[in-house]
Amino acid sequence: MSVSIPADVDAVLALLDGHDYVADRRLATSVFLALKMGRPLFLEGEAGVGKTEIAKVLSAALQRKLVRLQCYEGLDVASAVYEWNYPRQMIEIRLAESAGNVDRAALSHDIFTERFLLKRPLLEALAPDDGIAPVLLIDELDRTDEPFEAYLLEVLAEYQITVPELGPIRAATPPVVVITSNRTREIHDAIKRRCLYHWVGFPDALRELAIVRRKCPQAPESLARAIVAFTQRLRAMDLFKAPGIAETLDWAEALVALDRVALDPQTVADTAGVLLKYQDDIGALTPDVAARLVAEAQEEGIRL
Amino acid sequence: MTRDVPPRASLRAAPPEGAERFGAARQRSSGIETARLTGAPMLAPKGRLAENVVHFVRVLRAAGLPVGPARTLAALEAVEAVGLANREDFRAALAAVLVSRHEQLPVFEMAFDLFWRNPKLLEKLIASLLPTVFGRGGEPAPEPELPARIAQAMLPPAQPDLPREDDDEIELDAAFTMSPREILQHKDFETMTVEELDSVRVLLRNLRLPLPELPIRRTTPSARGHRVDLRATMRRATGAAGSLSPLAWRRRQRRTPPLVVLCDISGSMDRYARMLLHFLHAITNDRDRVHVLLFGTRLTNITRHLKHRDVDVALARVTTAVSDWAGGTRIGACIEEFNRRWSRRLLGQNAIVLLISDGLDAEGGAGLAAQMERLHKSCRRLVWLNPLLRYDGFEARPAGIKAMLPHVDDFLPVHNLESLTQLAAALEQPHTRGRMGVPRVVH
Repeated sequence: MSVSIPADVDAVLALLDGHDYVADRRLATSVFLALKMGRPLFLEGEAGVGKTEIAKVLSAALQRKLVRLQCYEGLDVASAVYEWNYPRQMIEIRLAESAGNVDRAALSHDIFTERFLLKRPLLEALAPDDGIAPVLLIDELDRTDEPFEAYLLEVLAEYQITVPELGPIRAATPPVVVITSNRTREIHDAIKRRCLYHWVGFPDALRELAIVRRKCPQAPESLARAIVAFTQRLRAMDLFKAPGIAETLDWAEALVALDRVALDPQTVADTAGVLLKYQDDIGALTPDVAARLVAEAQEEGIRL
Repeated sequence: MTRDVPPRASLRAAPPEGAERFGAARQRSSGIETARLTGAPMLAPKGRLAENVVHFVRVLRAAGLPVGPARTLAALEAVEAVGLANREDFRAALAAVLVSRHEQLPVFEMAFDLFWRNPKLLEKLIASLLPTVFGRGGEPAPEPELPARIAQAMLPPAQPDLPREDDDEIELDAAFTMSPREILQHKDFETMTVEELDSVRVLLRNLRLPLPELPIRRTTPSARGHRVDLRATMRRATGAAGSLSPLAWRRRQRRTPPLVVLCDISGSMDRYARMLLHFLHAITNDRDRVHVLLFGTRLTNITRHLKHRDVDVALARVTTAVSDWAGGTRIGACIEEFNRRWSRRLLGQNAIVLLISDGLDAEGGAGLAAQMERLHKSCRRLVWLNPLLRYDGFEARPAGIKAMLPHVDDFLPVHNLESLTQLAAALEQPHTRGRMGVPRVVH
């Protein structure tokens, strides 16, 4: 059975925390409102700040199935909503034929019934097999195109999908909808208007430290502090792509795997590719800069 | 129906003297229309009111609103239905009939106020705008800061013997002369007249900027497609059970890629900015997925401002949004800002970038090459439009130009209207990525 939705923002914070997601209060408020008001939650932000993770955690915490729709350009109804099971339909037609006495009207009616319908993520979220409204994650909506956005409008506003042969299918209980976007293009205002918008930014040092402790407990405390202080300083630099929390965690794991207990400029240079993904950014992290950042991070890490 | 027109209201609605004079000047072309409309049996002869409404409609038409004779009839009917007792009713009745788009409302409001409310204002305006025609010399009236477009719409048509723009080579320097006053921080676009606007518009109407269409992942039913459309095939099969039914096919759709325009508005580019903004307004409203950013010393995204369909309103909004008109140029810094803040948001889905700049960088091209390289690598095609290319002896000597040139696919002039047509033709050609350091140059 699913868990009932939290009663207030603190309960949401506790719920997320219980599943190792360290959220700030603003995000928790957005999540709470989305659950309470039954509105989709629209999360925008840099890559690797934990947008998708929220949906996963919500699914686990509320004990509901996670239905994920990964968006891509050209995503169409057949792969996002439903498709007819053509092989089964063909077999059905052949069977009817071999039995003779084909009533065409009845046959064409029969093969367009729910028995031959393959549910894709959106339809599955609105009409789940187990009857429990799932968490619907529409991931990286910016990767798809405007026609699909327009299609989503009906789904998000009415929680309803129209299959021409069957008529409208309406969700008995609306699913919890989480939409994420990396902002590689602007999502239309009409979509945003129907959602609760939240910009997921980089965490501050204390929250990031809490995340590292939680997600990478094998890292020694002093190393975790230094890692967080270093990444925070790195983000303040003039970079093309600042490292996200995912990169910080990867880096922590990498350093643990390398058996490092403290930061040193050489290690930073060797593992820069874990944190930074653009050659220009790696180039900007010259030995001098790395040494200075390491020194500052060591010092600041203690104060965290 | 209000057959009796209250005398007070009809007096108020009487046209200003100047307008009447001009009405006489135009009688030749409009007399027939007026006569037909006022003589229509269903309309009681209302004398000057009908004439004035007809005249007002013509003013709106001249100001760019698409109002035909049918609308004139409807306007008269509406006025008759509403009566003249209340000015706001009268205004609303005319607006309901004559305005069909939200963007037209500001034009209507201004024209209405000018035409029906303040005869003195129009008098002054006419005096100030065409002193020679009306034999009144002297000072232009300083008061009315009205859009030239509407003011001009109230005036007689231009003399036919004015030089027409039918030469092949139109130097924009001549066609769009600018006064020194305009090298101000906030430009006064409203001084653009109907003739100028019209000539630009006519050209822009033909300038569709036909980008080559690219195949996308979506499909559409097609008899000559390459993918089987199972859904449609099944539908056919149920209708013809027992016999073999032909397969239905789909093919990939094609779509034009997004367009991103980066336009230089620094002092050296200033003369082209006005013309180009009209061009940019036209292409922004012609299609979706067009983004326009202006840069001088800072980068400003003006896409939303340009989205207003009325060019006057759109350009007024741009002027308020942009603070670095006709200042210096920091091309490197601005391209860098674009790369950092916008490229990932705008250059997805195979965007084509138009860079409009003379390449004269105040910072001597510092850091420009690297930023241009990044820009080039982030988009499908980078087209550089440079007004300096109009000189036959153009050489890439300034540091900025030298730094930018190796990283563009096409290098085209943009100094006159013809070169914009050339641009359309160049974009239509299939994309051949310029080899490193050797862009395709069209003089």
